[in-house]
Amino acid sequence: MSNNGITRRNVLRNGAGVVAAGALSAPMVHAQGTGGTLKCGFWDHWVPAGNGIMRELCAEWGRANRVEVNVEFITSVGNQNLLTINAQAQSRSGHDVLSFPTWEPAAKHELLEPMDDVMGRLAQKYGAVTPAAEYLGKVGGKWAAVPAVSGTQLKPACTRFDLMKEHAGLDMQAMWPNKAERGPGADGWTWEAFAAAAEKCKAAGVPFGLPMGQFTDAVDWVGALMNSYGAHMMDARGNATIRNNAKLRQAVEMLVRISRALPDDVWAWDDASNNRALISGRSALIFNPPSAWAVAKRDQPQVAEKCWYAPAPAGPEGRMVGYLPYFWGVWSFSRMKPAAKGLIEFLSERPQAERQTNTSSGYDIPPFLSMSDFKIWETEGPPTGFAYNYPVKPHQNQTTSVAFAPAPAEFAVQAYNNGLNTKLIARIVQGGETVDQAMGWVERELTTIRRGG
Amino acid sequence: MAADGTLAVPTAAGAGSGRANTLQRFARRRSTIAFLMTLPLLVVVVGLVGYPAAYGIYLSTLNRRMTGFMEGDWLPTGLGNFEILFDSDTFWMVVWQSCIFAITAVLLKALIGFWLAHMLHHIPTKGQRKWRGMLLVPWVIPPALSTLGWWWMFDPSYSSINWILNIFAVPAVPWLGEPWWARASVIIVNVWYGAPFFMIMYLAALKSVPEQLYEAAAIDGATSWQRLRYVTLPMMANIISITVLFSLIVTFANYDIVRVLTNGGPRDLTHVFASYAFQVGILSSNIPRGAAVSLFMFPILAVCAFFVLRGVTRRNKEQM
Repeated sequence: MSNNGITRRNVLRNGAGVVAAGALSAPMVHAQGTGGTLKCGFWDHWVPAGNGIMRELCAEWGRANRVEVNVEFITSVGNQNLLTINAQAQSRSGHDVLSFPTWEPAAKHELLEPMDDVMGRLAQKYGAVTPAAEYLGKVGGKWAAVPAVSGTQLKPACTRFDLMKEHAGLDMQAMWPNKAERGPGADGWTWEAFAAAAEKCKAAGVPFGLPMGQFTDAVDWVGALMNSYGAHMMDARGNATIRNNAKLRQAVEMLVRISRALPDDVWAWDDASNNRALISGRSALIFNPPSAWAVAKRDQPQVAEKCWYAPAPAGPEGRMVGYLPYFWGVWSFSRMKPAAKGLIEFLSERPQAERQTNTSSGYDIPPFLSMSDFKIWETEGPPTGFAYNYPVKPHQNQTTSVAFAPAPAEFAVQAYNNGLNTKLIARIVQGGETVDQAMGWVERELTTIRRGG
Repeated sequence: MAADGTLAVPTAAGAGSGRANTLQRFARRRSTIAFLMTLPLLVVVVGLVGYPAAYGIYLSTLNRRMTGFMEGDWLPTGLGNFEILFDSDTFWMVVWQSCIFAITAVLLKALIGFWLAHMLHHIPTKGQRKWRGMLLVPWVIPPALSTLGWWWMFDPSYSSINWILNIFAVPAVPWLGEPWWARASVIIVNVWYGAPFFMIMYLAALKSVPEQLYEAAAIDGATSWQRLRYVTLPMMANIISITVLFSLIVTFANYDIVRVLTNGGPRDLTHVFASYAFQVGILSSNIPRGAAVSLFMFPILAVCAFFVLRGVTRRNKEQM
């Protein structure tokens, strides 16, 4: 063999080189393309078609970028998504792209890849993000996650326009028509007017269906009212601001008045109870995304065709609407960060955002204010255009609100999940405490939350 | 000769060298065999109970960000979460409620289970199996599922129980909205779910009481109360103690019933340790404090277990 230059040593050396080259290039060879596999865990949408569009969009992006995208949907029923997030954070392994509910980006920001580059490019194209999304998603000046389209909801007033007209004397369709203008009486849509309407509707046997328990629908509407009064329980530095807080006292008095005009059992309501109140025709108003209307359209069409969206009532410091977003984030321990960021950017772009919103019948709210003009909100019905005022639009002079903002997110999340704002009212109305006693209790709770960082 | 670790099987004379002989003898010891046979269970217990418990204790010593140990003002570093809980009104309310919930529910389950076991014991054998099967149904259904059924019956606005009450002109009951009714509802569901377990345990104990004791008591002219007081109860004492202890542990750690029925409301007045720990730890992203809440059950249950098991040991010694 040495005669023709082929030695055993050379064969082995060359063979080892080929094997090594093959081994090094192997991880990039995958079934579909050369970009590897991206594992995504998205929120399992209430609207069944909401999952389908996410799968479709991911497949489109995967084909274009030669990346295999595996999509899973994680339910929020039983807080399964929270358990998954915490398990992945503890084990430092899991999905590359994951849906994070409201407070989780702030809670897990130390383990999340900063998304400033993605948000920078998106903001350049689409302009400003709604303020509440910025409060929740930005930690220490950095975006911990990108505000998602799929799953993000607002909670303006879903009214029964016929009942509101008959019993409260308010023409919601005229006040808030399905075009970019305020109708007659829109400026009078305040919490004062709201409380008066609530009292009249209760007297007529169709009380407003506003929960007062510890679930998100309750905490969100009470939080929006408090924010519209400038009534903050904690400041941005984490100091409790309960004592001598005239604005808080004013908001509490308004909430006490409204809660006395609600059904007696609202203290035990969950997030589905208000939906049922509207769908069954027993209630003239709820604060909810169009999911209640969607069920009514299927089961009680005569109720659905009398629904009409109006912005939240205004308080002394503005018109605030409850906002409950999802975020798309990437773990810092992900091995597919560039691809994950690419997919998130793709999903957040206007054409893809509009497809998500369309498929969810207008439920999903994009974070960019410039995207509040999707056609679906004008055409969805019956009645046609009932959801025109569901998203935040410039003519409404309305801002998104998160209960317990502007408190630091690590404290606000605890106050939010403990439902401190609704319990404050429950202690007065149901427990018979004075306003001072109840406010003393909430101050002690906030102090406990603050201790330990 | 098993207990003292001596050989279970005598070694064959002159088998192998000294070292091989020692290994063989070690492998043939009953204690070695017993250890090897229980090893899979030990691995499961250590992996699924020991490790999570130790990790839970470690978590409870950390600060909220889990970047270091939690400092306390008057308790040493690492116990700061417990110090915060000691200062919290809500936490002490949860402690009190957990005790009320567990003690009331276990007492009711024990009484109902005892009564049901006696009823079943006196049914002719032919029909007993049918009744036993039916009475065990609540215990067999997964509690999260059956609690959902109860929730529909207690629903604040559309309660089927209230609908029936209204037919008889009885005013509707705010099952889940009023604090005492909400507590009662949680206890009712727990009793409904857990009483069959007591029943089956007590039934087994009743069947093991020798018939001769009752015959002797009857000859002595004992009344039915005296037979119960001086024959049945002493013979069942150990089973009653162990069942109560077991149920107390499970009831203290109950989570699903409160979570599904009331979510701790109204105003936290139905929270128990597990539901409050979940709220603080997972929902509020404060895992160390949530771990501290759940660990608080441990000393309470350890004290209960100590007294109950001491009673069982004493009775066993008296009977020997």
